[in-house]
Amino acid sequence: MGLKLEEIKSLIKEAIPDAEISIQDLVGDDNHYSATIKSKVFIGKSKIEQHKLVYKALRGKMGNELHALSLNTMES
Amino acid sequence: MDENAKKKINHELEKNEVCLFMKGTPEVPQCGFSLAVANILKHLEVSFKGINVLEDSQIRDGIKAYSDWPTIPQLYIKSEFIGGCDIVKEMFEKGELQAKLKEKEIKFQSKNK
Repeated sequence: MGLKLEEIKSLIKEAIPDAEISIQDLVGDDNHYSATIKSKVFIGKSKIEQHKLVYKALRGKMGNELHALSLNTMES
Repeated sequence: MDENAKKKINHELEKNEVCLFMKGTPEVPQCGFSLAVANILKHLEVSFKGINVLEDSQIRDGIKAYSDWPTIPQLYIKSEFIGGCDIVKEMFEKGELQAKLKEKEIKFQSKNK
């Protein structure tokens, strides 16, 4: 279980190419992360829609392989 | 999604103005994220129904399809999906959650006067 930090980053980058991603593995178990993501795609969207875009980028891994990813999305 | 799960979820949302789908109970949360949201609601003295998804796998899977949101907890106010832990925390810190409660005419106690 779990997902490597680089894998998360590349999945997000693939779906949101202009994303500026800062991500931390909170406990070093590949399963609890905290990420701040900045992108133009978030402009004009609600927080729910912004987080859904990130979850979509992770292709169903969120809540399955990946237990916890705390998100902070920002418009750039 | 499963019709039976949908029925159960709709029933809870109709019966309770503020619903928190969570892991564990408001008294004994079993996940840090569920704990955090329950604590915010308690801090605001909002009366809410905690629905323990660990006790009902139909609801556990169903609620994710219902809102198209992959994680638990999930907060609903008058049937509107408000968000998960990160969003609720951020809204609370910015005073947006309090504004939402006001807009929805839900009683709460604001401690920052």
